Amino acid sequence: MTTPAFSLTELMAVAAAREIADGEVVFAGTGLPMLASMLAQRAHAPQCCLIFEAGTAASQLAHLPMSVGDPRVMRGAAMAAGLFEVFSYGLQAGRVDVGFLSGAQVDRFGNINSTAIGADPRRPKVRFSGSGGACDIACLARRTVIIARHEKRRFPEQVDYITSPGWLRGGASRQAAGLRWGGPAAVVTTLGVMRFRPDTHAMYLASFHPGLTAPAVAAETGFALDLDEAVETPVPTAEELRILRDVVDPERVFLQ
Amino acid sequence: MPDKLISLPAAAALIPDGASLSLGGFTTQRHPMALVYELIRRRRRDLYLFGHSPGGDWDMLIGAGCVKRVELAYEADEAFNTVGPRWRRAVERGQIEWEDYSNFAMVSRFTAGALGLPFMPIRSLLGSDVLAREALTPEQRAADPRTPAKKAAVIESPFNPGERLVLVPAIHTEFAVLHVQKASPQGTIRLEGQTFADVQQALCAEVVIVTAEEIVDDAELRREPERNPLPYFAVQHVCHVPWGAHPYAVFNYYDYDPRQLKLYHESAEDEAAYAAYLEQFISGVRDHAGYLAAVGGAARLEGLRADPAYGYRPDLKRRRLDP
Repeated sequence: MTTPAFSLTELMAVAAAREIADGEVVFAGTGLPMLASMLAQRAHAPQCCLIFEAGTAASQLAHLPMSVGDPRVMRGAAMAAGLFEVFSYGLQAGRVDVGFLSGAQVDRFGNINSTAIGADPRRPKVRFSGSGGACDIACLARRTVIIARHEKRRFPEQVDYITSPGWLRGGASRQAAGLRWGGPAAVVTTLGVMRFRPDTHAMYLASFHPGLTAPAVAAETGFALDLDEAVETPVPTAEELRILRDVVDPERVFLQ
Repeated sequence: MPDKLISLPAAAALIPDGASLSLGGFTTQRHPMALVYELIRRRRRDLYLFGHSPGGDWDMLIGAGCVKRVELAYEADEAFNTVGPRWRRAVERGQIEWEDYSNFAMVSRFTAGALGLPFMPIRSLLGSDVLAREALTPEQRAADPRTPAKKAAVIESPFNPGERLVLVPAIHTEFAVLHVQKASPQGTIRLEGQTFADVQQALCAEVVIVTAEEIVDDAELRREPERNPLPYFAVQHVCHVPWGAHPYAVFNYYDYDPRQLKLYHESAEDEAAYAAYLEQFISGVRDHAGYLAAVGGAARLEGLRADPAYGYRPDLKRRRLDP
């Protein structure tokens, strides 16, 4: 076995970055979405606009932030204000093209739990940070990309608590709940990339990461996953890796 | 105009046991930490906190046993720790009462209070358990008149039948405490960088306490009034507290302190280590000067000072830290 030319974090960051198109308005959270959005801005999407929910728009990051409220997000920003401005004028008015989300559990319709594990959220077995802006991004971005660690217990048939609504129960249930646009487009995980059927909105496997197989991904998923169209995840280019390692995260804050 | 300058201990003494309050800042920036430490030193109990995305400011108060009830969206320090360790334990052990919202819902609630309106309509929360489930029981809600009778309500737009909106209830607190870059003795304030929800939090509070890195002449701040987000009459008390947000950042003044944050989060995972952290840095020192000396004094703090070209410290080491 030879040493891979890229790490799993690098592969995921590149896969997530490729979900951003040039000129799009992006709502990016801390961690892998920051790697992905900084990479996109320096690679194929130089005109993408990065909004951080604590109150900035159109940052031109020079150093990787460790928080959406980091002073680093002020660098090159076109606007600095507060949460109300970016959530209402940005997200609620429908001006955000793509938002990034993550959580402890993701189900087959892309609903996400980042609140608590256990049947009764008043007496949780494990408590997490809570929504932050995730529920708002899930409701109001034009589409979302989910980042997750792929394990069977983290991909259950139904999440214990819907912090961030995806396609809810599939079909037209998201619209029936009153959400007029949006919904998850992709799930980038430690094992592959999932997408959603346009009619049922059920998750299917679009690609599995190099070294894995489609059945191996299905075996780590707690619901039936359609594998028919799965191909291998495209690998990072040398240029993408150079940007990630030398420009985006030379300090290795998030890159491994 | 009256001079509103008071000492930090005098400001903390204004906040009694059981008070409702909000603290300014967002996860890793501009929390009024010096005042938080003073509340812990004074062994305040039964506080009722309202916030959107607090971090260690709340985590330390919760862990020190100062807090009874919270309404929030998030409690963590983001990449420094994705969940507040004392918050997590307090919930899992049933030691705290809480209600979950989202950031947009909480900032909309502060805004409603600031605008003098009973609620704010938003398009968020629909389809989520943040809307469908309540963490506070009806009995808990009824027991405190400061808690709204309902978490939220869903309406149809009266102008467009079939269009659903969520109403979230206004917040009114007894106190708001902000940590800002500059304030005048009369209470004019200057926020630099992101404003977070500080302005709305101040405007929905009865008493606003501002701690500031620098006290500057009122006339100087009045030369650029468009940069001053709050009128002086909305601020009751001003304290001069340099390094008042440590270990969190203050844009244009200093960066966050990765070594102190690492120490806090490691300590907060363990009962004895957490008690030792409180004793070493907070309860066991007399005041904020004692705190700053305990974390390493000028030698530590100078290494955090912002580069004026960036507003933060571009060469700050944040991972693989020396012990």
